Amino acid sequence: MSDTLPKNNIFKVIGASSLGTLIEWYDFYIFGSLAVIIGHQLFPEDAGASALINTLAIFAAGFIVRPFGALVFGRLGDLIGRKYTFLLTLVLMGGSTFFIGLIPSYKSIGYAAPILVLILRLIQGLALGGEYGGAATYVAEHAPKNKRGFFTSWIQTTATLGLFLSLGIIVITKNILGAETFGDWGWRIPFLLSIVLVVVSIYIRMKMHESPMFSKLKAEGNVSKNPLKESFNNKANFKMVLLALFGATMGQGVIWYTGQFYAQSFLENTCKLDFNDSRYILLWGIAFATPFFVVFGAWSDKVGRKWIMLTGMLLGILFYRPIYQMFLDDTDYTKIEQTDILSVTPAPVTSILIANSTDSLRTVSTKVMLRNGASFNKVQIDTVSATKGILLGKEVVKDKVLPTPVFWKFVGLIFFQILLVTMVYGPIAAFLVELFPTKIRYTSMSLPYHIGNGVFGGLVPFIATLIASFSGSTPLSGLWYPIGIAALSLVIGTIYLSNKRDENIND
Amino acid sequence: MNTLKKFLGLVWMVLGPLTMTFLFIQAIDKVGLTHTDIERTNTILQWAIILFIFFPISLGLMIFGFYAWKGEYDHMPENSEQL
Repeated sequence: MSDTLPKNNIFKVIGASSLGTLIEWYDFYIFGSLAVIIGHQLFPEDAGASALINTLAIFAAGFIVRPFGALVFGRLGDLIGRKYTFLLTLVLMGGSTFFIGLIPSYKSIGYAAPILVLILRLIQGLALGGEYGGAATYVAEHAPKNKRGFFTSWIQTTATLGLFLSLGIIVITKNILGAETFGDWGWRIPFLLSIVLVVVSIYIRMKMHESPMFSKLKAEGNVSKNPLKESFNNKANFKMVLLALFGATMGQGVIWYTGQFYAQSFLENTCKLDFNDSRYILLWGIAFATPFFVVFGAWSDKVGRKWIMLTGMLLGILFYRPIYQMFLDDTDYTKIEQTDILSVTPAPVTSILIANSTDSLRTVSTKVMLRNGASFNKVQIDTVSATKGILLGKEVVKDKVLPTPVFWKFVGLIFFQILLVTMVYGPIAAFLVELFPTKIRYTSMSLPYHIGNGVFGGLVPFIATLIASFSGSTPLSGLWYPIGIAALSLVIGTIYLSNKRDENIND
Repeated sequence: MNTLKKFLGLVWMVLGPLTMTFLFIQAIDKVGLTHTDIERTNTILQWAIILFIFFPISLGLMIFGFYAWKGEYDHMPENSEQL
């Protein structure tokens, strides 16, 4: 059936599926892209580093529940069909994103703010857990057998494009409103905007037909009675679920989230790059690398999925530390000579009274421009005490703007990391679809995918930041988490995975 | 290759509980630190979440190792009908 589907129809299927999935990824990622600002809104002002860590933990909570969403909605998808299940996930995702944009700040409702956001974030995670497997399965079940990697790779581009869209809308909104207004209430706009995108996507998806393979199963009365039991109680199937997790999706997940999330977090929080610069670098990297999802997806139809994915993992293991060391070296402005400085412009000194105290905080800021086009702010916050005098704070260099050659070097380094993402992620939908039979495919492929990506991958920014905060650690210590997980997955994948493709998924 | 698959099965079986033990020791060590900046970023809640998530995954790795040791991965299914 799938082999005879007209070409224009398959592209309609891909377009409708991809648009909805892209919007779900957009919804899911704006939270991560705004972690620093949201942290300030949800937690007390003096929370410091723990506000970021706690916000990253809420961000991670959305990833952690993805496997549960995979079980709940995967079961539904195998019972009632692919189309209606991922319509439901779209509504849940859009609704919860919209409501995050409406949550009052910590100043207004105290700890109810992070708790409400956590609940909405969990709903987002559950919805995404159900969405991706449905979309990938739906497209694969429409695709001809020799082009399954190529067609499903379009679905694979949506995660990265969703991130691209979220970064783009955030940067545009911030530039229109200005940094202060954006930090105050403007950050809510990207969340609220989601409702418009979701309504459009629901309209398009309502017009889609059920997957031909599922319709055939249903007509023959062969729909699974209990997909969860058949997926995980059947040893022959369960061992493939474990193999898919440990030999592929686990390593793929950490490569994905290191290249696209930890990289941004590292540039912004560790290298102290300017908000816009760190996002522009990622935007360019994504723009250049995204076509390679399709390239590697199509190539996997010819040479098999296994070695493309494992090569991506190997390159990540070998090059992450040198790449991040370059990020650190090129943003280290402590060794600049006096002759490198073009101008030094002090900003007006500001002073705010500390609540319930006679002491105040004095902020002294200086903008430094260098001859090579770079710039940065030196900020020092002193405590002015009526009894103890002035307690000088530590000078912090932040908001670094890179000189043009270094900016493009960073774009190249991010491009390389996302290229690795395209290698591990481009072929994986086809790989997972071919591993499991139609009647329990949605359930079986969703679980390893979302444990690999949601748990192992989604926790990269959180765990890596946590490791880097340990006593005696270096800024690069956090990388041992993705490197270790990718190395384990590489060994298991190399030894246990087969490179053969299952030609017939119509079973 | 099948001998290697089986031998490594033992490694995965051992790696599961080793990982859990390592994480548990790390949790006690980091949460136990007080009066420093470390305390603020290493709370009981955060480490409880990490342990809660990775415990079933470690169990999964042990089961994977057990299957490998029993030779379940010696012959990989070549189509869905063999599942």
